[in-house]
Amino acid sequence: MAMREPTIFECGAPGRGASDQWPTPSPDALADIPPQLRRKRRPALPEASELDVVRHYTRLSQRNFCIDTHFYPLGSCTMKYNPKACNQYAMLPEFLGRHPLAPAASSQGLLRCLHELQEILKSVTGMGAVSLVPMAGAQGEFAGVSMIRAYHRSRGDLGRDEIVVPEAAHGTNPATATMCGFRVREIPVNADGDVDLAALRAAVGPRTAGIMLTNPSTLGVFERHIVEIEQIVHGAGGLLYYDGANLNAILGKVRPGDMGFDVIHMNLHKTFSTPHGGGGPGAGAVGVSDRLAPFLPIPIVGEDRGSFRWLDETDLPQSIGRLSTFMGNVGVLLRAYVYVRMLGRDGMRAVADHATLNANYLCARLAALGYDPAYPSRRASHEFLITLKRQSRMYDVSAMDVAKRLLDLGFHAPTTYFPLMVPECLLIEPTETESRATLDAFAAAMARILAEMQNDRDQLKSAPHAMPVRRLDDVRAAKQLDLTWPGAPAGPVSASP
Amino acid sequence: MAFIPHTRADVEEMLAVIGVGSLDALFEEIPAPLRAAELTGVPEALTEMQVGRLMRERAACDGTPLCFIGAGAYEHHVPAAVWAITTRGEFYTAYTPYQAEASQGTLQLLYEFQTMLATLTGMEVSNASLYDGASATGEACLMAVRANRKSTSRRILVPTTLHPRYREVGHSIAGQQGLVFEVVPYDPARGTIAVDALDRAAAGGDVTALVVQQPNFFGGFEDVDALTDWAHAHDALLIAVVNPISLGMLRSPGEWGQRGADIVVGEGQPLGVPLSSGGPYFGFMTTRKEFVRHMPGRIVGRTLDSAGQEGYTLTLQAREQHIRRAKATSNICTNQGLLVTAATIYLSLMGAEGLERTAAAAHARTRQLRAALLGIPGVRGAFDGPFFHETVLRLDRPVAPVLAALAAQGILGGYDLARDYPALAPAMLVCATETKTDADIERYAAALERILAPAPPSTANS
Ligand SMILES: Cc1ncc(COP(=O)(O)O)c(C=O)c1O
Repeated sequence: MAMREPTIFECGAPGRGASDQWPTPSPDALADIPPQLRRKRRPALPEASELDVVRHYTRLSQRNFCIDTHFYPLGSCTMKYNPKACNQYAMLPEFLGRHPLAPAASSQGLLRCLHELQEILKSVTGMGAVSLVPMAGAQGEFAGVSMIRAYHRSRGDLGRDEIVVPEAAHGTNPATATMCGFRVREIPVNADGDVDLAALRAAVGPRTAGIMLTNPSTLGVFERHIVEIEQIVHGAGGLLYYDGANLNAILGKVRPGDMGFDVIHMNLHKTFSTPHGGGGPGAGAVGVSDRLAPFLPIPIVGEDRGSFRWLDETDLPQSIGRLSTFMGNVGVLLRAYVYVRMLGRDGMRAVADHATLNANYLCARLAALGYDPAYPSRRASHEFLITLKRQSRMYDVSAMDVAKRLLDLGFHAPTTYFPLMVPECLLIEPTETESRATLDAFAAAMARILAEMQNDRDQLKSAPHAMPVRRLDDVRAAKQLDLTWPGAPAGPVSASP
Repeated sequence: MAFIPHTRADVEEMLAVIGVGSLDALFEEIPAPLRAAELTGVPEALTEMQVGRLMRERAACDGTPLCFIGAGAYEHHVPAAVWAITTRGEFYTAYTPYQAEASQGTLQLLYEFQTMLATLTGMEVSNASLYDGASATGEACLMAVRANRKSTSRRILVPTTLHPRYREVGHSIAGQQGLVFEVVPYDPARGTIAVDALDRAAAGGDVTALVVQQPNFFGGFEDVDALTDWAHAHDALLIAVVNPISLGMLRSPGEWGQRGADIVVGEGQPLGVPLSSGGPYFGFMTTRKEFVRHMPGRIVGRTLDSAGQEGYTLTLQAREQHIRRAKATSNICTNQGLLVTAATIYLSLMGAEGLERTAAAAHARTRQLRAALLGIPGVRGAFDGPFFHETVLRLDRPVAPVLAALAAQGILGGYDLARDYPALAPAMLVCATETKTDADIERYAAALERILAPAPPSTANS
């Protein structure tokens, strides 16, 4: 078992500091700030040398699984390799040093990259226009559903107050609909993993603003009745929102625009391989059909005879407005831009081909071992679901046990307990950048776990054993809230800087 | 190609295991009429070398102008260690710490971050980030509606001294849930909010929350004690919007007025994040413990493992979209973890003293800049009263052409206020931080003086 890593507040010593990093003191600089506005006590921040800090955070980094060190088949998250070039070229000093309010005249290089990214994403999705503003998938959803609302309102169609969401949808879908002021109407999915068309027909009507659909769905299958769904929803006067979190599966194969969708968000941090950063940043660009283009969130990049500028509320007076102080997560957009330029047209298809190949291969391997695909009659898309319902009944083990044991065996766990409707499930997304050998090693680990269910249940149920900590008590965490380090020293009276 | 490791033999063997004859057969469930044609809008692939050349050329186009714009994004020194560690693959290429035991590094870091933000803002609890300062302000308004049980109006008082973009974003994000934003005008002499303006805006009605930015958008200081007490006297919550660097020397929102602010948000960019053309940055949010269950975003807690050892995990997840779905506090999922990593390392290196020195050094440069520019005929100050590291100057002529002329000389002279504050025009917001030198400021002043100088008679005649 690894030793406890002290908090940064326990590193260092009172009076110590990384003073080489600090500006030289400016004795009277704050003399004009009224004393009653000044701090009486210093904040209880660390007092540590640069080496203390570097060592502490380097050690903490070593307590993480990440793509660079581990297979990370976290379903729905597309944890593919993040090419180093994307980071390096997005972090060129001119891009990093550029103030967001710098005039367009001194931003042509950046604007050109963003404009080309808009155009490429239009082509990939088959949509009429793109805005790169949203800062993650959920904000892209927010933008999309806000546009649906704005569209209906612009037509004086004020009675549409419901958004239809299949029960398998990601939690951000219903949460977004609520944030946009809609009522959520959930509809079931049938035993084959497709939307229940009868239920959909019964759910839509004059109150339907639209449907939020993920395709391939979060069950890891392509929605086969997509044409009927499009007809039913459009027929009822609603619009179709496409959650593009799973775009990796269909790049260059089929386009949301061609499927009749009115609006889509893409998770650039998934399909376009920008790093996930321990929980972001992401980027959730939105694409729309022509009828929604006037409502796009601002700013977007416009081109006029080879020169580029921001289009804002003057150009798009019907826009749903701004969603970020400046221009979304520009640095993430630049990474995605480098990635799409390196993939090129043919690379896009290759991604979908091999992501789908890997998922179906691993699914076949696990099925042969005795695991149960949740939708055995279906072709997997870029990810697939297995259910441990049978094993949980036979051996009293859970999906969580399997997930924790996988950590011991050197693999990040798949997504667990999502979608909520499938009992004891694991959602497995290998991505195209993993080799067959890695998938085979993962299958071997799953075989070992299956054997442990029968011969060594304790080992499995008490996993993990090889991590810096054993299984954590989440109930205690929520009941006995400990959200800040209690030992942080109280700040002394402020010295003059 | 496309970072795919498969050999031809791998593909053949894998297809055989699946039991299909070709890659195309894997897509047979997609209705045939929908299959896409060639993606003609996507260019052919470039090699890494080619894309590197392209990006360097694009970057070089934009150059590195001398920047005196602030307006919500500030150029501070970023210690080398910050991004050297932040870009380690172990932080860079991990995701949300769903598997706590395999993510203790990220989780402990976030717990340390929460502790730092709580002490800096004088509040009890912090979340692990929102998207940016503006969207955090919108989320704070929504949170205030949930948390303020004494108010039913959903009315939020929003002074015009709040960053105009924050006002716009707040409106986009919170406006669809029936929130009403009442605009509170500022006192034109001081550039701050007077309490009687609040009385007028409230018009005797129920108010859910008051938003106060300190230092405000103009760099000036609001009477935060009076504004906080006004809010509480009217059963409204006080949402503070703060610059974290300023908290190196300013009293924390937790100490405003009799009872302190209720929700504190802000833009985290000044803490070790480069200007980066506008993002990714991160929003932060802290609050009182009693409101923690109304907070949006990830929260990390310290707990015990099955062997009784300490460890860290995501907690209070019953607030979040993946559990609560349509009833979640927010739809936020992916947030800005990597930027929080940078900020945590930054704050560890700076400590309280480094932060205070940074605030002082940045402010010293802005004072110097202001003095230098006020010495130029045609430039005067806009407001009386103190300010912090950013200030409004008025010119004797429209600002836009002046800024364009400066930009042509590689100087970004400030932010033109004409669009957001037409009544103030011609005026601009200028900012200098500790990154500026005497020579930088002299260069700006000399350039501005030349631009504003009356044209010599000879050219006027020509
Ligand atoms: C299907 C699906 N939709 C939406 C989202 C939300 O995206 P984000 O986390 O970027 O907000 C995710 C991922 O988290 C997802 O998997």
